[in-house]
Amino acid sequence: MATYSTNEFKSGLKVMLDNDPAVIVENEFVKPGKGQAFNRVKIRNLKTGRTIERTFKSGDTIEAADVMDVEMQYLYSDGEFWHFMNPESYEQLAADKAVVGDNAKWLKEQDVCQLTLFNGVPIAVEPPNTVTLKIVETDPGLKGDTSGGGGKPATLETGAVVRVPLFVQIGETIKVNTRTGEYLSRA
Amino acid sequence: MNTGASGDWQPAATLEVLKLRARLLERTRAFFQARDVLEVETPILSAATSPEPHIESFHTIYVGPGFGRGKKLYLQPSPEFAMKRLLAAGSGPIYQIGKVFRNNEAGRLHNPEFTMLEWYRPGFDHHALMGEVEELVTTLLGDRARRTKTEKLSYAEAFEQHAGIDPHAAREEDFAACAKKFLVRAPDTMTPHHLDDWRDLILTHVVEPQLGKDRLTFIYDYPATQASFARIRPGSPPLASRFELYLSGMELANGFHELTDSDEQELRLRHQSLERKHHETGSVPIDERLLAALAAGLPDCSGVALGFDRLVIQAADAHSIDGVIAFPIDRA
Repeated sequence: MATYSTNEFKSGLKVMLDNDPAVIVENEFVKPGKGQAFNRVKIRNLKTGRTIERTFKSGDTIEAADVMDVEMQYLYSDGEFWHFMNPESYEQLAADKAVVGDNAKWLKEQDVCQLTLFNGVPIAVEPPNTVTLKIVETDPGLKGDTSGGGGKPATLETGAVVRVPLFVQIGETIKVNTRTGEYLSRA
Repeated sequence: MNTGASGDWQPAATLEVLKLRARLLERTRAFFQARDVLEVETPILSAATSPEPHIESFHTIYVGPGFGRGKKLYLQPSPEFAMKRLLAAGSGPIYQIGKVFRNNEAGRLHNPEFTMLEWYRPGFDHHALMGEVEELVTTLLGDRARRTKTEKLSYAEAFEQHAGIDPHAAREEDFAACAKKFLVRAPDTMTPHHLDDWRDLILTHVVEPQLGKDRLTFIYDYPATQASFARIRPGSPPLASRFELYLSGMELANGFHELTDSDEQELRLRHQSLERKHHETGSVPIDERLLAALAAGLPDCSGVALGFDRLVIQAADAHSIDGVIAFPIDRA
């Protein structure tokens, strides 16, 4: 099994921590002039998304995690699994609810998502930063109000609910930032 | 750190900081000149080096007249040994500003090649030298270093005040509980045989961030196990006449009331050398010339090494050592 020494630590490095794959977010080298050196590391568990602090003695080694990010096209959901396909190899992978989590509400068929694979199995699904989705339900709003000041909730074709300006209506497609959940513009 | 190739030729520090650095060097030299402390230069390349356990020296091979088959030379991690030879030869008070080299050290406050200001004062004990360090640093940093009166804490007081633990009496489980209390997850590789590793863990993670807040903080009287080349005063516990200076949670200087007993010094060097054999870093040759100089007689003196780059970090309000060096290691 491949290992990394503390000298190889840098942000983005994928390692095994407490039997889970994790990514180093921040690495600080601390050392008293005459004493033992340490690496103080902020590290994010790729399964839970939680970031924790860990300290290693400089020179310690840590197991590498077989983790990679791949771009895959979202195909469909059968209710239990979300199915994705590698557009080059046509290889298909399925991710369950625990992996897709809240991001399910941004997944639109044929959109290209980033899947994080651990030992070949998906552990995280990231939708595109911006998605274009159709509004399936929203209050028609007050006629003539185009200021967009107040805003109103709108349900999108994937089930996501976002605040949109009053002038946006059912049947229109809009762009949404999936990281913040905010309306960006009409598509 | 910048890893892109295109901008790498440019200095990491601004020209403004480099000018400030030059002014600080000038004023440092003026400080010592006014006090009749002699500026000296000692070799960077040397046949021996320090066997201290947490210091890794670079080495290279000299090939030339007299050494056709090559001779291993070490890049000095500190000018200490050579300066002590000068002291033993009767130099009187001396200082040096020069480059030193430490392998395996790089980070926000570390560059493997850095500038050390080191000086020795015959007739001073470590408290007298702390006084002179304070004068120099306040001269160079002005208000930054003296917003409040300088603080002096023994190593034990610093641990008691900021970590609630007696660093001399504590055992592994006490240090482990202390780390836990301050939400520090100790490395799995810590062992009960190396209590100094535990002390260093609590020092760096819990105590240091609280030191030197808007003032200078001196820590003195270290555990005898961390004496390095300081004299040890017998007692319970025995204490090393060693000090460190902190400002804004950053270690700036380390000083000793120097050990002058050559037999004791030889024992320590051989012990450190032996310890190194257990580490993967391997042993280094004992500096026999240092031992001979000590046998000839080192005057009663105190010495201190101050990380000059870190002083510039403080003066320039820089975030890291890269901000005060023209070309740090990733641009060197």
